[in-house]
Amino acid sequence: MVDTQRRSYWFAVALIAVLVLAAGALLAATGVDPLRAGQALVSGSLGSWYAIGSGTLVRATPLILTGLSVAVSFRAGVFNIGADGQFLVGAAAATWVALLCRTSASWLVIPAVIAASAIAGAAWAGIAAVLRTRFHVLEVISTLMLNFVASYLISYLVRGPLQEPTHVYPQTSSIADTARLPRFGPTTRLHLGFALAIAACLLVWWTVRFTAAGFRLRLVGANPDAARSAAQIDVDRVTTNAFLLSGAIAGIAGALEVSGVTFALYENISPGYGYTAIAVALLARLDAGAVIATGILFGTLETGASAMQRDAGAPSVIVSIIEAGIILALVAVDRVRFAATLNGASEHRVAAE
Amino acid sequence: MTDPGTAFLAATVRTATPLALAALGEVVAERAGVINISIEGVILAGALGATVAARTWGIAGGFAAAILGGVALALVFALFVLWLHADQIITGTAVILFAFGLTGTLYRALFGATGAALSIPTIGPRRIPVLSSIPEIGPAFFDQPVPTYAVYLLTPLLWWWMYRTHSGLALRAVGEAPAAAQAAGVRVRRLRLYAILFGGITGGVAGGTLVLAQVGTFAEGMSAGRGFIAIAIVVLGRWNPAGVAVAALVFGAASALQYLLQALGLALPYQLFLALPYLLTLAALAGVAGRVHAPAALARTDEF
Repeated sequence: MVDTQRRSYWFAVALIAVLVLAAGALLAATGVDPLRAGQALVSGSLGSWYAIGSGTLVRATPLILTGLSVAVSFRAGVFNIGADGQFLVGAAAATWVALLCRTSASWLVIPAVIAASAIAGAAWAGIAAVLRTRFHVLEVISTLMLNFVASYLISYLVRGPLQEPTHVYPQTSSIADTARLPRFGPTTRLHLGFALAIAACLLVWWTVRFTAAGFRLRLVGANPDAARSAAQIDVDRVTTNAFLLSGAIAGIAGALEVSGVTFALYENISPGYGYTAIAVALLARLDAGAVIATGILFGTLETGASAMQRDAGAPSVIVSIIEAGIILALVAVDRVRFAATLNGASEHRVAAE
Repeated sequence: MTDPGTAFLAATVRTATPLALAALGEVVAERAGVINISIEGVILAGALGATVAARTWGIAGGFAAAILGGVALALVFALFVLWLHADQIITGTAVILFAFGLTGTLYRALFGATGAALSIPTIGPRRIPVLSSIPEIGPAFFDQPVPTYAVYLLTPLLWWWMYRTHSGLALRAVGEAPAAAQAAGVRVRRLRLYAILFGGITGGVAGGTLVLAQVGTFAEGMSAGRGFIAIAIVVLGRWNPAGVAVAALVFGAASALQYLLQALGLALPYQLFLALPYLLTLAALAGVAGRVHAPAALARTDEF
């Protein structure tokens, strides 16, 4: 047992090493010095306090929250890969409320903005939840479809009803100062959202681990049949709640991005956070607390990748290859399973860990 | 010259072609009990392969490279799913991410970040005599690029193979009851490998078709969810090649609707039309998903 475990870890490490080397070779083949690219990656993400605070941790914030969103749903055996769409509608709802509250200078504005994003994200996930429990539609497909719909919705909003008054740029007006999250100092871009993301992780971690609701979530995720027959749990209800919570968290991630970083809504506000989130959650082994660490790790990688593109001319999408490698290493080693059947979504099984 | 009806039908068939190709490959894999959502990445790999090769070796070389790219990616998926017994859906997601990163990196490395002046040879429509002069539908269905005709041939061929041959029966048995099939002497893993690789071929051709017969260039993420729609098409087509071809046409029509409605001058936001195929997928899945029978072993991680 210990032996296979150890061998598995070596396999994972070897796979990632091979992919890093392959990425380096790919860079070398295209005329980029891989060492210089690697150096740019490290110094751009971890090289200074400014890079860490204003780059890496800012980037990590949406990754931690969307990672948490994915972890919650996977834990319940719900394969929500629609965190990106839920992030987008959350960001849109947050922007809308922030623009409505333009004139009010109350401390209630930010809570209202966050609440709106949570409701929007949960509602967006709720569509897939209803399709799953009522119509047995596999949520893998429905949430992906909803991601595309969400991105067209944003495209419509920023060129239509929410477009800035001059109608030149496809984005909204900037939100008022009262709707912006406070920062941790005058020289840093790190905003309160980072602390909120960590608080959310700890809260979910505690709930999953120590409450009855958390126990039901884990039981349903581990074995829905046993949960239904032996523990008399309403499986559909638990999975639906997990789905809604997952959507709400991803939606809040959208609000924090708008209120903390961009201050406006535009089309490509998410560079695929919801997809990276899957790697974040899997690497954390679906543990809400560990998501903080893995979110920061991926924040480091992605911030470094941008620096690599800027300073060494290496395409930043190359990081997707590394991310894919991490997921593949984990599925091969950990046997995280979602043997979903198209005959009935209620038959979902998951044996994570 | 062409009336809006014919133009609409022609756009329907054109849009449906890559979807049908990808879905026909996916239906074979799913009938063997493997759901390969990385078909999205397979299309991307095919598209990039076609782009790179067609500049040097022309159309035929482009399609050959598209197949090669698609098969290579399908092989990665097969390795993890069949030999390492990894979860099919998570593996598929990772392979998509891999394909996205790899094609994006290679594209930027080979053609620069802008890629503005890419000139790739494209194939035009090839008119089929007699058939193309059928009123109304003739020009739409029989004046298309060659890949469309490949769909016309592949659909009945696959149907016949799946339901009328011994190996087709073995494929369906593997998807329904792999243990029983194994006991009856079917080599489950090998058959699944072939099924996944077949999906790599047709998915690659779908990507090649996008580049060489439709868009004429590569763009990052140009598969734009077609692989996912193909998976929905398989469900709508009830895992039957003939049904899959019809479902692909329905989706082609939904996408082509935007041209028709915009031509009619309807003052609706264009994003609504762009979102229509995805909305239709959701509605259609809600309509059929509970009432159709999927291969029983689909997505199960078995030790074969």
